[in-house]
Amino acid sequence: MRSDPSDYEFAVPATLEDAVKLLAEEPKAWLPIAGGTDVMVQFAAGTLQARKLLSIWNLPELRRIDVLPEEIRIGAGSTYTDLRRHKVIASEFSLLARAASWTGGIANQNRGTLGGNIVNASPAADSLPALLAYEGDLIVSSVRGERRLPYGEFHTGYKQTELAPDELIRAVCLPRRFSGYFAYARKVGARNAQAISKVCVAALGRVKKGEARDVRIALGSVAPVPLRLRETERALEGKRLEADTIARARRTAVAETRPIDDIRSTARYRAAVVGNLVVEFLQMLGRGNHHG
Amino acid sequence: MKRTNIGVFVHNKGVSGPQTEHIVGSSTPRKEGRDKVSGRARYIDDLSFPDMLYGATVRSRIPRGTIRSIQFGAGIAWDEFVVVSAKDIPGKNYIALIENDQPCLAESAVNHPEEAILLLAHPDRHRLPEAVKAVSIDYEPLPAVFTIEQSERKDPIIWRTDNTLKSFLIEKGDVDSVWAQADYIVEGEYSTGAQEQLYIETNGVIAQCDSDRGITVWGSLQCPYYVHKALMAVCGLAEDKVRVVQTETGGAFGGKEEYPSMIAAHASLLAMKSGRPVKIIYDRGEDMVATTKRHPSRTRHRTAVSKEGKILGGEIELAIDGGAYLTLSPVVLSRATIHAGGPYYWPHVRVRTKAVATNAPPHGAFRGFGAPQALFAMERHMDRIARTVGVSPVEIRRKNFLRSGQTTTTEQVIDEPVDLGNLLDRALKLADYERKRERFAKENQSGTQKKGLGIAAFLHGAGFTGSGERYLASVVGVEGSADGGVRILVSSTEFGQGTNTVLCQIAAEALGLPYDAVTIARPDTTEVPNSGPTVASRTAMVVGKLVASAALALKQTLVGAGILKETSTAEEFRDACRSYVRAHGSLRSFARYQPPEGIFWDDQKYRGEAYAAFAWAIYVAEVAVDLATYSARVEDFVALQEIGRVLNPVLARGQILGGVAQGIGFALYEKVEWREGRMANNQMTNYIIPTAADVPSIRVFFEELGNRHGAFGAKGIGELPMDGPAPAIVNAIEDALGVPFDTVPLLPESIFEGVMASRANQADSLAGVR
Amino acid sequence: MTANRGRKREISLFVNGERRTVCAYPMERLLDVLREQLSLTGTKEGCGEGECGACSVLLDGALVDSCLIPVAQAEGAPILTIEGVADNPRSQALREAFLECGGAQCGICTPGMIVAALHLLDRRSAPTIEEIREGLAGNLCRCTGYLQILEAVAEAARRTAAR
Repeated sequence: MRSDPSDYEFAVPATLEDAVKLLAEEPKAWLPIAGGTDVMVQFAAGTLQARKLLSIWNLPELRRIDVLPEEIRIGAGSTYTDLRRHKVIASEFSLLARAASWTGGIANQNRGTLGGNIVNASPAADSLPALLAYEGDLIVSSVRGERRLPYGEFHTGYKQTELAPDELIRAVCLPRRFSGYFAYARKVGARNAQAISKVCVAALGRVKKGEARDVRIALGSVAPVPLRLRETERALEGKRLEADTIARARRTAVAETRPIDDIRSTARYRAAVVGNLVVEFLQMLGRGNHHG
Repeated sequence: MKRTNIGVFVHNKGVSGPQTEHIVGSSTPRKEGRDKVSGRARYIDDLSFPDMLYGATVRSRIPRGTIRSIQFGAGIAWDEFVVVSAKDIPGKNYIALIENDQPCLAESAVNHPEEAILLLAHPDRHRLPEAVKAVSIDYEPLPAVFTIEQSERKDPIIWRTDNTLKSFLIEKGDVDSVWAQADYIVEGEYSTGAQEQLYIETNGVIAQCDSDRGITVWGSLQCPYYVHKALMAVCGLAEDKVRVVQTETGGAFGGKEEYPSMIAAHASLLAMKSGRPVKIIYDRGEDMVATTKRHPSRTRHRTAVSKEGKILGGEIELAIDGGAYLTLSPVVLSRATIHAGGPYYWPHVRVRTKAVATNAPPHGAFRGFGAPQALFAMERHMDRIARTVGVSPVEIRRKNFLRSGQTTTTEQVIDEPVDLGNLLDRALKLADYERKRERFAKENQSGTQKKGLGIAAFLHGAGFTGSGERYLASVVGVEGSADGGVRILVSSTEFGQGTNTVLCQIAAEALGLPYDAVTIARPDTTEVPNSGPTVASRTAMVVGKLVASAALALKQTLVGAGILKETSTAEEFRDACRSYVRAHGSLRSFARYQPPEGIFWDDQKYRGEAYAAFAWAIYVAEVAVDLATYSARVEDFVALQEIGRVLNPVLARGQILGGVAQGIGFALYEKVEWREGRMANNQMTNYIIPTAADVPSIRVFFEELGNRHGAFGAKGIGELPMDGPAPAIVNAIEDALGVPFDTVPLLPESIFEGVMASRANQADSLAGVR
Repeated sequence: MTANRGRKREISLFVNGERRTVCAYPMERLLDVLREQLSLTGTKEGCGEGECGACSVLLDGALVDSCLIPVAQAEGAPILTIEGVADNPRSQALREAFLECGGAQCGICTPGMIVAALHLLDRRSAPTIEEIREGLAGNLCRCTGYLQILEAVAEAARRTAAR
């Protein structure tokens, strides 16, 4: 353990309002900490830069899930276990439920939060491709009020986000219109559990009259940010899922990614696997009875 | 009550002798088990002494060079810290082992990243990391060596005259004469990478210095007397002024065989300088980056083979990377050398081996100790020979297996009735080998999952090589106590493998006592004799036999005193014991190792009886490769071994399961990412071992031929299971994909590259490209 | 709302059924507070990065890695360590099963493993082997190769279901 606990200030606000007030007073000084599964690893390694930590663990405004007719609002303080247990997420948002089940082990899932995953903004984060595929919105809070923004615009660069220093994510809103879609999720890691992903796919699609409709393919770990394959998706719209279309989709998909060599894997491997999994998704989509 | 069993477990009773034992051969509960399952067991970091300081180590940031200056940075209250450098060493600045080339603290020359240079201590352990960071060391860097090839090229020379730490040569028959008669000459090169032991409890010690009594060290360690010897040298103290006590040890696997001498020396120096107890516990990152790993290896085979697939002779060249200092490399190399030919008959062979130096932290003991490296190469090569000659992997082995009466590569006669062909048949049947291969051949024609089966046949010599046991001259004590119970006195340590349990079973059986009447003393050098290090799969077999002898001698003392009959009940024994102790104050008996008749070993020619006993094994792996992700998954694993005698079925099975799991890690998961001699992936998040969700069904089976040199017929089994999984798995992957791989660890990225290269070659040959 | 730089404060914990008040920096790891201030050394440190599970405890009934929890966040919520689960019939069954099936070798992962197994059995009284694998996937063991641990958990489940 390479940090000295006596070096740190630690605030435990009782409400979201108290939390954002403190952030507004000293915007760049406070680092919010929810479940701690990222922050505390840095703390133990001696690499945590912040010295003032603001606990947002278990804040009632953040740790809640509201089901509305048109959308589900997942509080940013919801843990992966909360997500896995929720009936509507399990039945209507399987990409997210599965991503939650792949994150760490049970102990990590009991503490890691969706908001933490988003703000930490690792390109390898397991749940982010699912949020991209569902085209969620974020509700973000500060003393200046609340704003809502499309999640697809949130990540602007490697570990850079649209979040202002005095803001907290309050909730993730996902539209409830994917029940009829075919959902495909796959994570490729170094082992079956407790693995950071080398490649992560979350994809949705429908087939109407033999033609692909509204295909969404989101990937993690193959670019500085989680990625939607917009060109690949556009090229698929309205096409029959035959061998040559799928082969072309493989090539476009790989071309849209920017994988790297790092301590976990290689760019060539990642590119090859992306291609294989996109093909697998499209083949399964084409074979199934997923008419809207 | 019938126990849930997800792996088939069959205990096969062989021809070992009268099956009248009640305790040996049964699954008596682990002696220290209750404490372990309740959280009461106390490991070194659970202990705290009054007035204790915490220690930390300042380590080299470069692989090779000289130290120009050391600055103690601003912002630290240095007067609160104890600082120790090489100049403070009262004795000799080396860690005594085989040679004395490894410094305890680097003085001016640095030879590997993370080499220890300074020691710091402070009452508040949270203040140490910052202080360590604040020590800035200026180096004059020198060119360094990071691979076997570079070391061989002497580019540059970093150790003595030619970078060679040790070499061996075995010559049997006349190898140069076989090439002309060969129908095939099969060549191959095979490599294995470093592997981290990753015991879940990191290295840790507490040292205390007392002007009268000297130094006492408590710690997580395998060999109290190794540490004792090293501390005498570093601290400049006499034998009776050094005391070493082993605390409950959370895993070791060889990683706590020689390394603890280093951390114990460090804590002792701080304790001597400060006059206070000092605790040093490595965090995981430091433990992974600074301590020993399995020696990387490179083996080249060149084999003359007849058209029927019989080995006529061959040359084997094996090299291991020893890291920056000699440490145990000669012994690892020795075992690799002797195991290089596998369980096969070589009428002519030349085995040329060497350990070379590189600028990495010295590599060291890890379960298997050279044999996994050598046997990976041998078993991959057998499959290569099979393919070249056009014979199956099954038949190539059957044709070449050693038989009773034949000699090994060191000309040791196999004098037990082992039938490897039979063992092979049984393993194949258990694995449903023939039927599955037929099925896979069909199924593999379509789909993205390709399945294959692979075989590994191997042997593992138990105990120290050749004259090693004679040199160790182990001594074991057994003591009767005032309550009529019996206590075993050995320096052999428990670290999960079952030392406490098995030795108590042996003593209980020998004396006809209930298991609960026998206890075992904590290994404390002031209380127990030196029964040798707890290594080399020797404890049950060699030390166990001495325990039985000492126990029987204890009984003879009572019989000789006229207070016990030769044939007596447990109660009678206990009464006699009690009254003897009452009358004489103590009752103790010691047994010393006697080299058995007919064991001759020539250290110069490397010839003769290398080991008192070999255990034999056939492992079969079923592997599925997913061509979408190129990941290989073991679906089923059969581990069949002949081990002399199963002393405790649950413990024996546990050893095989654990060893196979580590072998699977060695094959498919565990890769050390080296950056200029330093392990870059020194975290549990990026050095990957299997989880409970990854380990396949492993089915364990035993056969027993007995062993006249081992307690109740036992052979050593601790390391055996490490040898088979990697080659069996890689053979299975070649079977599945038709692509050969000759390096472990074999990660999906490498499977991918191999598959791509193979497709490119096929496309080229289709297109007529050479 | 409290903010303390470099100052210890009284933190009220509820450990193994008892209220314990410690004086600690808010950022001290729950693991260290349990081991050092409360002398509950059954919970172990294996990695300090939330990977090995040797530090597993139950916090508010949920399995967590105590090396990743600032003690200030554990205030008020019931904590159960290996010492605290002793009297629970399920954990007694687990201990016996571990002893019979060889679930513990060196023992360092065992406290965390038993806490994780208890957490699983409290939610799934008759788990499949796959569910046991998933439940224990966050607890690394280097000695056993896991299989005798999985068998021990399955056996403990059978025995407690039979009652």
